[in-house]
Order: sequence, then structure tokens, then C-alpha cells
Amino acid sequence: MSVTGVEGEERSNFSAAESKQIRARSLRLLGSLLAPVRWPVIAAMLIVVLSTVAQVAGPALIAYGIDQGLPALLDQDWFPLAATGVVYLLTGVIGAGLIAWYTLMSARISQGVLIDLRKRVFLHTQRLSLEFHESYTSGRIISRQTSDLDAIRELLDSGINQLVQGLLYMTFTAIALFALDGMSGLVLFGSLVPLLILTRWFQVRSQTLFRQSRTASASLIVQFVETMTGIRAVKAFRAEKRNEKVFGELVEDYRKVNGRVIQLFGIFDPGLVLIGNVAVAVVLLVGGFRVADGQLAIGALLAALLYTRRFFDPMEDMAMFYNSYQSAAAALEKISGVLEEHPGVPDPVAPVDLWKARGQVSFDQVSFAYQSDRVILPRFDLTLPAGQTIALVGSTGAGKSTLAKLMARFYDPSDGRVSLDGVDLRDLHPKDLRRAIVMVTQEAYLFSGSVADNIAIGKPDATPAEIVAAARAVGAHDFIEGLPSGYDTDVNKRGGRVSAGQRQLISFARAFLADPAVLILDEATSSLDIPSERLVQQALQTLLADRTAVIIAHRLSTVAIADRVLVMEHGRIVEDGTPADLIAGTGRFAQLHAAWRESLV
Amino acid sequence: MTTLTDQEHPFDDAGDTPPIRRTTLQTLLRLYPYARPALPRLTLGMLAALLAALVALAIPQVLQRLVDGALSRQDSAQIWPAVVAILGLGVLEAVLIGLRRWFVLGPGTHIEARMRNALYARLQDLPVSFHDRWPSGQLLSRAVSDLNQIRRWISFGLVLLVVNLVTIVIGAVILVSMNWVLGVIFLVCSVPLWIVGYLFEEKYSVVARRSQDQAGDLATAVEESVHGIRVLKAFGRGSFALKNFSAQAESLRGTEIEKARAIAGIWLWLLLVPDVAFALCLVAGVWLASQGELTVGGLVAFFATATVLRWPVESIGFLLSMTFDTRTATDRFFDVLDAPNTITDPEHPATIDHPQGRLAFEDVHFRYPDSPDRFPDLLDGIDLVLEPGETMALVGLTGSGKSTLTALTTRLYDVTAGAVTLDGVDVRALGREELRRHLAMAFEDATLFSASVRDNVLLGRPEWAERSGDADAALEEALQVAQAGFVHELPQGVDTLVGEEGMSLSGGQRQRLALARAVAAKPAVLVLDDPLSALDVDTESLVEAALREVLASTTALVVAHRPSTVMLADRVALLEGGRITAVGRHSDLLRQSEHYKFVISSLEDEERRESARKGVTL
Repeated sequence: MSVTGVEGEERSNFSAAESKQIRARSLRLLGSLLAPVRWPVIAAMLIVVLSTVAQVAGPALIAYGIDQGLPALLDQDWFPLAATGVVYLLTGVIGAGLIAWYTLMSARISQGVLIDLRKRVFLHTQRLSLEFHESYTSGRIISRQTSDLDAIRELLDSGINQLVQGLLYMTFTAIALFALDGMSGLVLFGSLVPLLILTRWFQVRSQTLFRQSRTASASLIVQFVETMTGIRAVKAFRAEKRNEKVFGELVEDYRKVNGRVIQLFGIFDPGLVLIGNVAVAVVLLVGGFRVADGQLAIGALLAALLYTRRFFDPMEDMAMFYNSYQSAAAALEKISGVLEEHPGVPDPVAPVDLWKARGQVSFDQVSFAYQSDRVILPRFDLTLPAGQTIALVGSTGAGKSTLAKLMARFYDPSDGRVSLDGVDLRDLHPKDLRRAIVMVTQEAYLFSGSVADNIAIGKPDATPAEIVAAARAVGAHDFIEGLPSGYDTDVNKRGGRVSAGQRQLISFARAFLADPAVLILDEATSSLDIPSERLVQQALQTLLADRTAVIIAHRLSTVAIADRVLVMEHGRIVEDGTPADLIAGTGRFAQLHAAWRESLV
Repeated sequence: MTTLTDQEHPFDDAGDTPPIRRTTLQTLLRLYPYARPALPRLTLGMLAALLAALVALAIPQVLQRLVDGALSRQDSAQIWPAVVAILGLGVLEAVLIGLRRWFVLGPGTHIEARMRNALYARLQDLPVSFHDRWPSGQLLSRAVSDLNQIRRWISFGLVLLVVNLVTIVIGAVILVSMNWVLGVIFLVCSVPLWIVGYLFEEKYSVVARRSQDQAGDLATAVEESVHGIRVLKAFGRGSFALKNFSAQAESLRGTEIEKARAIAGIWLWLLLVPDVAFALCLVAGVWLASQGELTVGGLVAFFATATVLRWPVESIGFLLSMTFDTRTATDRFFDVLDAPNTITDPEHPATIDHPQGRLAFEDVHFRYPDSPDRFPDLLDGIDLVLEPGETMALVGLTGSGKSTLTALTTRLYDVTAGAVTLDGVDVRALGREELRRHLAMAFEDATLFSASVRDNVLLGRPEWAERSGDADAALEEALQVAQAGFVHELPQGVDTLVGEEGMSLSGGQRQRLALARAVAAKPAVLVLDDPLSALDVDTESLVEAALREVLASTTALVVAHRPSTVMLADRVALLEGGRITAVGRHSDLLRQSEHYKFVISSLEDEERRESARKGVTL
């Protein structure tokens, strides 16, 4: 089994080597995220050092005020006391100011890192092939970008702050203790042994649990999103009760994993306190007899005891840090896995520009199979001359959509090459590819935003006039005008209101606006009523006059405007000819056409 | 009417709930019902935490006493008992801390789980119109991040807040009792903290709310970019989507930094005030000592105690911001829970024991709540009766309200006037569960869930969740009707996982499974919204043949765009301008109604085209 990319991400029982591989890639990601902000990070650390010094100075100043200021005052000398007071005030102001500054600065750093990561994951997700999306599922990719990023945000928000301050505090305290009494220092040093054992135990146990927790939360999200997107079907088929049970179980799984993580803390945290308190007792024991023997001053012992105790003070904060760290590390593992996925349809290394595409598409010795070796399209050759309108006909599962997806480079062929004007699609610059070839599918997805925004996806810099013109051309203008705010109507809020047919019209307008050299319509008119289809066909006849088009449609009415018909069966092209020739013949298409003609009224 | 271009949020324009301005305390108290079962353990946890704090306070006291007493007399016999005492207190502290965690943290997860289930149940119960308004990313961020936040606050923030406040009060009392002058100085100095804290709430709550809403928007953007990946890829708009996403992420960053600025502001005061108090007390204390009002030992003790109070005071800052974040999260949670459910079960639901399947629309009016006044009702007085066993095709232009009309039958929406009746009973008088048992739908966009083919098809028959002969037979029959035999060729046959998490199927395959699902429900009334649009001609005719048998005995309302679908029906109803303008047999309507011919007939187009083609070929 492999743990490269997103493979094996549902597992939580990794071997040592696998864990190492995963940790290494998480650290690489973390490193690359922190690299651009290294100077602010260093500056922030310096601020923390200074402010910690200012904080540590407090007790010393109080001691000075009492030891020196009081005797001086008794001599009517106000100066030492007043000076101490002023200095104390100053250190306080400086310390507080520095911490406030640091708070803001660390927020800037962590937000910077976060936005960097957000964009990277978003962009990478967009780059990954459809094949990846179809197998990885949208729920999981959404939870990578939401709840996993939340975990990292929490770490950045609170964790680093705690870690840096805690470590500094412990270091300063340890140094002070060694300087004061070496023997006590050694005791403290000795206490590090159980501390490390405890921490290691916690680390190993919690890593597994945090991984489980990320997986559990992802399942939860998948179920949640699916219910909310399919709420109509849920209601219509009374699935609420059963869903509640399923969701309840997922919530319980998640709760249990979380509970176990927390239990771990229930042992770790008091364990830390115990080690600290025992260390205090041992220092007292060791020091007490030396005081009794006169080898150690009482004051020194008292100070040693206080320092020892203070040494463990930040440990709880550190444990909190470790908590968010582990949770974030588990999230980072999954995110780095997604980022490690190579796009199945990668951008070309040396992109070839094609400023003006004529629109000739060729398939040379192309075959296509999914990874699972299911051959969808056996080897074939096909040339679509520029400007030709081709209808692709055949029963469901004949491979029409796959052929179309190869043309639009949603997939790359397993073998052979698909080319546009002689340029292999794999070498074509993405901007030129997408400008030249546009595919409209049956699922006309609308994004939140206005109707105009949605049409403008075809051409982001389109003027309102162009948008209206595109809508008019496909016959969408009238219904859009009838929406509450016309082109400015927010489709998301009225998502239930825009019917499937209207959605298809909007996505048609999108394609019309994009004005590509090659247009692929995959069942793009299936939900249109006959009058709308009539309008679309008229539009298509003008639209397709000077461009290559591939139309996949079950309704043969759309086929009527084609120059050429390809009939597919079991992944092979079994008929190829003009509509008139094929209709006149006795082949598959002639039968289909006759049946369809029969159904008209 | 709201304007539609701005960045408003659904809860702003819900319109049906006047926003009640609650204080943070009032808001947080609303968590009480969920937290109540955990209250005893929460209280015990606080007690343990308080005791642990007291023990921690006692350890230095014991030490000081020991050092001043036995050790200053160099009495080594006293060392062992002292060590044992210290050790005992140390162990006790650890045990108490362990107890606090044990008491508090477990129940916290239960509260979170309870709230999460309640939210989910509520969302499933709320009508479709609610879901039309709310992007699911906003709902998702409530179900995950917000509830996490609430759990952490209850099991950590709340406990520490209470314990630290109590510690501060006890400490303050001790300070005043040690020396009232210094104590009062200390207390007076803390006054600005309360003012700053109050101002902080005002400012921070607003920003915190904005930040959480923006995070929800960002989640929505993520969701759309994933669900709409095909469109984005088809048009090569990945970078365009990234730009929009980045803009949203940037505004979230801006808000987060604003939030950090507010936090930095309160940190400044929380750190500064104790230092100022210390400096003033130092000067005043030393002066008092010089006047003989205070011993040096007393002065040291005062500062020792005041030092203990520093952490609780400093912690108030993040505990407060955590509390306000939680308040916002709670508000957002209750945004959903408080949303009025406009489609509920009647108090005394009627029942239909033996449904005949007579579906009638009686002067049905419907308009979407946000439809501007200048528009007439979308459905403007529909009168239509489907007799038991009859199949009625519903024909009309795209956007004429056909789908809306079908949605009224199962109460996905409720009529705004008039009534839909089933066997003479208003559908609003039936329980939703019962109504939807009698009436099954297949939708235009076929939704499959992440479950096996079998579970998806038998969704409407919960009694067949377990495998049985009957269930298998019904499954097979439904698959047969919908011509969905392809499922047997899937890797695990009918047990193959489909939907989001499973095999991806083509539009036509999904549509056939959705049809099979409606058929398998064996309802009295079938409502099919353009059920065959994605099928190829061959499959379509096979489905039609099989469906005809089912429809012979079942009342059905079938939305149709195609003559072939219309052929399934006994009668056809034409929807035009919000009314049924004609009802009759297909052939009659073709003769009588121009509009009907316009909507359904493409024969003339085709003939024109054919003759043109012949002209070319000849």
C-alpha cells in the first residue's frame, strides 16, 4: 500500500516508514508556507524575547524597591523608590505595548500563511483532473478546505504564541535555576526524563487519534452536505428519520474520537503537574539537608523552589499548543496529500500558443481506459475538419461523453493523441485551449451571484450589452427579464426558482458569449421545451456556421442541423456520414431516426 | 423588498423574524437546555478547578512557613515531614486537575453532539424555501466550526472564566484584608479594565460575527468551486474562480486582523493595568512600610498574593474574546433553530387509510415570498382534478411553474391560497410523513445519495431496509420499469455505492434510478417531473412501455416537454399564465389549442427541414 497523495488517507494505522513519509511532506509544506514570512516571524520572536525580559524584570524590581528603596526612604531619600516606580511603570508599558504589537503582528503572519495555503489548495483543487474529483468526492475536498484549514488556523492563532512564550519562559527559568544552585538544576534536569517519556507517549497516542478525528469529521461533513444539497429528495422520500440515525452515528463516532483525545489530555495534563510537583519536593529534599548542613542559604533554596515550580507553569499552555498542533498536523497531512496529487491532466511544461484556432480536431490512434483497465474507447482515428457540425449519436454508455471529454481535455487519452489544428492538446497553452474549446454539459451548474454574473463566466470582461445579446441569441432574455430583478437576480437565493430548462439556457448563453472555435454540447438541450429548443437551434445555426461543433443529443431534432453524423456503439464509431445519407440507408441511424420521427406530433 | 446586489446574508432578509438584540449573557443562556444534563459535572469540574487553584496557592505558603520555621533553625528532622506534605499537596493538585478534566471535558462533547444532531434535525425539518435562501456552506460552517467553538468554550473557557473570576474576587478580598490602602489602590486601578472590557464587547462582537459569516461565505465559495468544477474547467475559469475566492479570503483576512487589533487593544490594557497597579502599590507600600504601617513581611506577602492574581487577570482577555466568539457562534446556531418553520404537521393530522389517489387542485395560488408586488402570482388560480388511476401530463413553457406545481403536492412548498387535496383531504391536514408516503416524486435533477443502488431505489420503503425476498422482488421490479438493468453490471451489482461517495453515473443513469425510486415507493400518486429528459430514444421507449403498466393503476402527474412523454398520459393539462387553460386528450388539444401546438409540436419544423434537405440532396 502506498501513502502518496490522497491514497490511504482514511487509514490511521501507518507503519513507521509511512508515518515518516507523511510527516516529511507535511513539514515540507509547512516550511514552504513559512518561508515567505520568515522575517516577520523572526521579528515577532524578538518582540516576544524583549517582552518576556520586561515581564521577568518585574519581580526583580519589586525586590530592589523593598531592599534598597525602603532603607533609603527611611533616610528621607525618595529617589531610589521613585526611580524604581518609574522604571517599573516603564517596563510595564513597554512590555504591554510589545505584547499588543506582537498580537497584531502574529495575526498578520498567521493570516498571511493561511491565505497562502487557502489559495494553494483552491488552485490545486481546480487543477486536479475530473477523474480525481469524481473518485475523491466533493465532500472530502470541501472538508479539506474548510474544517482542516480551521484546524490549522487554530494552531496559528493561539499555538505559536504559546509555544514561543512558553519555551522562552522555561529556558530563562532553567538558566536562572542553574545559575542559582547547580544541584537543583540537576534535579530539574532529571525531571526532564519522565517529562520526555510522558510527552512521547502522548505524541504517539494522539497522532493516531487526531488522524481518526479528521477522518470522522470529514465523514460528518460529507453526510451533512449531501443532505442539504439533496433536501428535496430527502423530504419527498421521508428520509429524515433514517438520515438522523446515520448522522447521529457519525456525530457519535466523531464525539467518541474527540472524547478519547480529551481523555488523553486528562492524563497528560495532570501528569505534567505531578512531575513538576514531585520535582519541587525532590529539590526541597535535596536542598533541605544541605541547608541543615549549612551548605546552602535559605533564600537560595526558596528561590530554587520557586523557580522549579515556575519552570512547569507554561507546560499546560504547551500541552494546549500540542493539542492544536496535533490537530493541525493531522489536517496538514491530509492537505499535503491533496497538494501532492499530480493533476491527471497536467498543464504543459512548454505550452504552445495558438492565438487563432481554426478548429480542426484530430484523434490519432486514440484509446481510452480508466485506471481500472475498463476500456471505454478502443483505438480509433477521427478527424473533424474546421467548421463542421458533427452530431454524435448512440445509446447511453456508448462512449459519446468520453469522446467529448477527450476533446475538451477533461481527460487525456490513455494512448494516442488528440490535437487541435495539429497541436497536441497536452501541449496547448491552457488559456488558448479553454478559449478555443468549450464544452456545455447537461448539468448546468449555476454559481451564486446574479444571472449576469453566471453568463459572464463565458467571458469575464463582457459588457452588460454583450451579456444581454448572448441571452437574447439563445432565447433566454425573456425569462430573465421576468425574474424579480432581471439580470441582477441572485440565482442562489432563488435557486429553486430557476428551472432546469432555464439553467440550461443560461449555460447556453455562457457558451455563446465565450465564442469558442470548437463547441461541444453534451446533452445541453435535454431539459428545454420545444419552443426554447427551436430558438436555441436557430441560434445554433448562426452560431455554428463558422466553427467546429460536436452535438451529443438524444433528441434527433438537434441532429438535423449537423453536417455529419457519427453513430457510436460500445465505444466504437459504427456509422459516419451525412444525415441525409444515413437516413436514406438501413443502418442504426436510419432506425433511430424513423423511431424518433414516429414520436413527433 | 430587499435589493439583491449587496452582500447581505440570508438571515437579514428572512424578514419573518424581527432581530431581537440579546446581550451576550442572554444569548449564552440559550445554551442552557443543551448543557443542562452536563451541569452537575460542570459544577463539580469547576469545584475541582477551584480546589486545585487553592492547593496551588497553598504550596508556596507551606514552603514559606517551612523555610521560615524549621530550616531557619537548621532542624533537619523537620525536612522529611515537610517534603511529604509538599509531595502530598502536589499529588493532590495533580489529582484535582485530572478530576476537573474528567468532569468537564466528557460532557462537553455530549453537548456538542446534542447540538449538532438538533441542528441537523432542524435543517431537515425546515422547508425547501429556507434551503433556497441559505447557501449550504453557511449551514456547514455552523454545524462544524461554530459547534466546535461552543464545545471548547463550555469545557474550557466557561470553567476557566468562572474559576478565574472567583480567584480574582477571593484574591482581591485577601488583598484588601491584608492592607486596605494597597487593596483599594489595586481595585481602583482595575476600574479601567471593566470599561475597556465593556467597550471591547461592543466592538469585538460585531467583528467576530462578521468574521464567522465571511468564513461561511468562503465555505460556500469552496463548495461551489468543487460542485461547479465541470463548468469552471470547461471555460478554463479556474483562475477567475480563484480571483473571486481570493477576494473573499482577503476580506476575511481583513476582518481577522481587525479582530486581532481589538484583541491587541484589550491585551494592552490587561497587561498594563496590573503593572501600573504594581508600580503604584510598590511606591505606596514602601512608603507605608517606612511609616511603620506595614511590615516588610506583609509587603512581600502582598506582592506574592498579587502576583498569583496576575495570570487570572491576564487570562480574562482571551477568555472574553473566546466568550464573545462563542456568543456569535451561538447566535448563528440559533439563526437556524429560530427560523420559523412554515411547513409543519397539523396538530391533529387527518389520515387516509385506503388512499384512492384522487388529486385535486382547487383554486391554487402560489407566489414566492420574495416575488415583487408588480408580478402576478406564479400560479394564479389552478383548478385541476386527477381522478384515481388517471395519468395527467402537465405541459407548459419553461418557467411557467410546472415544477412548482408538482412541488405543492408533497408540500415542498405550501400554496399561498386555495388548496391541494388528496382524496378530498387538504394535503396540509395530513401529516407530512403520511402525505409523502402516499405521494412519490421523481425530480428533474436526479439526486442520488451516498449509498448502495439498492438503498437509493428503496429509499421510499424504509420497511425494506433489511434484505428480504419481498424487498428484492420490489427492487427488481422497479429497476425493470426504469430500464435500470445496467446496475447489475456495476462492480457490486445493486450493492454498488453510488452518489457523492460512490461510482459516478451518467445523467441518464441517475435519472433512471430516480425514476425507479419513485416507482418502488408504490405510492397512490406518482409525481414525475420530466422524468425521461436525459434518456436516449431507445431507452426512453422501453421505459415508457414499462411505465405504462405502472401508470395503469396509479394516479400520476407527469411534467412533459416531449410528445413521447405526453403519450403516457390519459389527459393533458396545459399550464399557461399561471392557469390551466386547457385539459383534454392530446389529439384534441393539438386541434383546439394553438398554444399547445406551439409548446409540444415540432413536426412542422422537422418536415420543413426534411424537405429542405431533400431539396439539397436532389
